[in-house]
Amino acid sequence: MFKILKYSFYDLVRSRWSYVYFLFYLLLGAVLLFLNNDLSKAVITLMNVIIILVPLIGTIFGVMYYYNSREFTELLLAQPVKRSSIFLGQYFGVATSLSMSLVIGLGIPFIFYGIFNSNAIWDFSLLLVTGAFLTFIFTALAFVIALSNENRIKGFGYAILLWLFMAVIYDGIFLMSLLYFEEYPLDKFSLLATMLNPIDLSRVMILLKLDISALLGYTGAVFQKFFGTNFGLILSSGILILWVLVPTFFIWRIAKRKDF
Amino acid sequence: MIEVKELYKKFGKNEVLKGIDLSINRGGIFSVLGPNGSGKTTLIKCILGMVLQDSGQISINGKPLKNNFKYRQEIDYLPQIANFPGNLKVSELIAMIKDLRDSKATKDEELIALFKLQPFLNKKLANLSGGTKQKVNLVLTFMFDSPLLILDEPTNGLDPISHLRLKNLINSEREKGKTILITSHILSFVEEISDEIVFLLEGKIYFKGSISELKKKTEQPDFEHAIASILSSSYV
Repeated sequence: MFKILKYSFYDLVRSRWSYVYFLFYLLLGAVLLFLNNDLSKAVITLMNVIIILVPLIGTIFGVMYYYNSREFTELLLAQPVKRSSIFLGQYFGVATSLSMSLVIGLGIPFIFYGIFNSNAIWDFSLLLVTGAFLTFIFTALAFVIALSNENRIKGFGYAILLWLFMAVIYDGIFLMSLLYFEEYPLDKFSLLATMLNPIDLSRVMILLKLDISALLGYTGAVFQKFFGTNFGLILSSGILILWVLVPTFFIWRIAKRKDF
Repeated sequence: MIEVKELYKKFGKNEVLKGIDLSINRGGIFSVLGPNGSGKTTLIKCILGMVLQDSGQISINGKPLKNNFKYRQEIDYLPQIANFPGNLKVSELIAMIKDLRDSKATKDEELIALFKLQPFLNKKLANLSGGTKQKVNLVLTFMFDSPLLILDEPTNGLDPISHLRLKNLINSEREKGKTILITSHILSFVEEISDEIVFLLEGKIYFKGSISELKKKTEQPDFEHAIASILSSSYV
C-alpha cells in the first residue's frame, strides 16, 4: 500500500491543482492577517472558509482523481498487488497531499506573523487538525461514491449533492426542526445532530475552543458544558475518527467486490 | 498453465460468459477471437482477477485464483487503452512498475532502444501521443520475463515499423517457450502469428484449434472467409 501511496502522492504533488490549492491558502492566510491584524479574528474568518471549502475540494478532488486514474488503476490491478492496497493507497495519497496544501499553505503566513509567540497557537492548531480531518473524511466519501458509480456524471452529481447536503441543507433542516419543536427540550437533540455531521462538529469544536460560545446563547452554554470538558473533546475527536474509518472500510469492501 | 472450468459471469442481466471451459497447457501463441461483446475482454479480465466470476474456477499453474494476488507475478498484461498518471515521467513510470513487482531481471533498456523511446524518457506522460503511449505500454509489458503474456489489442495505434518490431518481439518470446494470449481484430495479424485460435461466440467457446482446422471445419479457402462464415451463420 505504501508504494502506491508514495506514487499517487508524487503524482499529485506535482500537479498544477495542488499548487493552486496551496497558493490559495497561502494568499488567504496572508490577506486575512494583513487585514485583521489580529490572530484570533483571522482564525475565526479562516474557520468559516475552511469549513465550507475543505469538504468541497476534498469531494471534488477525490472523485476527479478516481475517474481520471481509472485506466492506470487497471494497469495496477494486473500487477501482483493487493486490490485493497491499490485503492487505500490512492485514497491516502489524495487526502495527504490535499491536507498538506492546507497545512503548509496556511502555516507559512501564520508562522511569519508569529503564531508561536501568541496564545492563538492552540486555536490555530485545532483549526488545521479539523481541516485535515475534514479533508480525509470527504475524500473518503468521494472515493466511496466514485467506486460505486461507473458513470462519471452521476458520480460527480452525487458527490456535489453530498457536499451540499452536509454543508448547507443539513443545517437548514436542523434549524427548521429546532424552530418546529421549540416547545420541547432540545439540548440533547441538538448535541446529537451536531455530532452526526462532521462539518457542524468541526465548527462547534473550533467555536468553543475560541471561547466565543456566549454568542450561541443558551445552547452555547449547553454545548460548552459538554464539548468544553475533556470527555466532550475526546468524544468529538473519536467521532471525527469514526467518520474517517467508516468510509475507509467501505472503500476496502467495495473495492474487494468490484469488477473492472 | 491456464485451467478454466465452467466459468459464468453476468453484468446485471447481461450474461457475458456462459460456461467457458478452456485449458492451455503448453507454450505458443493463442488468439482469442470473437465478435464485439462476445466476452473476450471479460475472459481475459477474469484470468487476471480484475473481473470476479459468478461461478466456475480458474487456476494458473495449478493454483486457484480466489483470494490470491501473487500469481500475477507470473503474468505480463498489456491493457487495451494506455493511460498513465500524467505528471509522472516515462522513466519514473518504468521504475515504478519495476518497484511494484520487485523484479530486477528486466530488459527495459533493450526495449526502449527497440522502440526508440530514449528522447521521451524525461517527458511527462501527459504530453505523449497515443502511439508513443502504446509503446511505453509495450515496454512495461515485455520488460519482465514472465511465463504468461496477455496482450489485449497490442497493435492499437502503432506505426507500421513498430508493428513489425512488435511481431518480432512476440515471436522471440514464443521461441522462449512462453504462453502468449492475444486478442485482436486485425485478422491478418492473427493469422500470421497464432498457433491456435480460441473463437468465442455468445459467451461460449465455439471453436478451439489451429487455423487450418478452422478452414477445414468451415470449408472455406482462407482465414478471413472462415471467420466470416462463422459470424454469418450465427447471425442468421
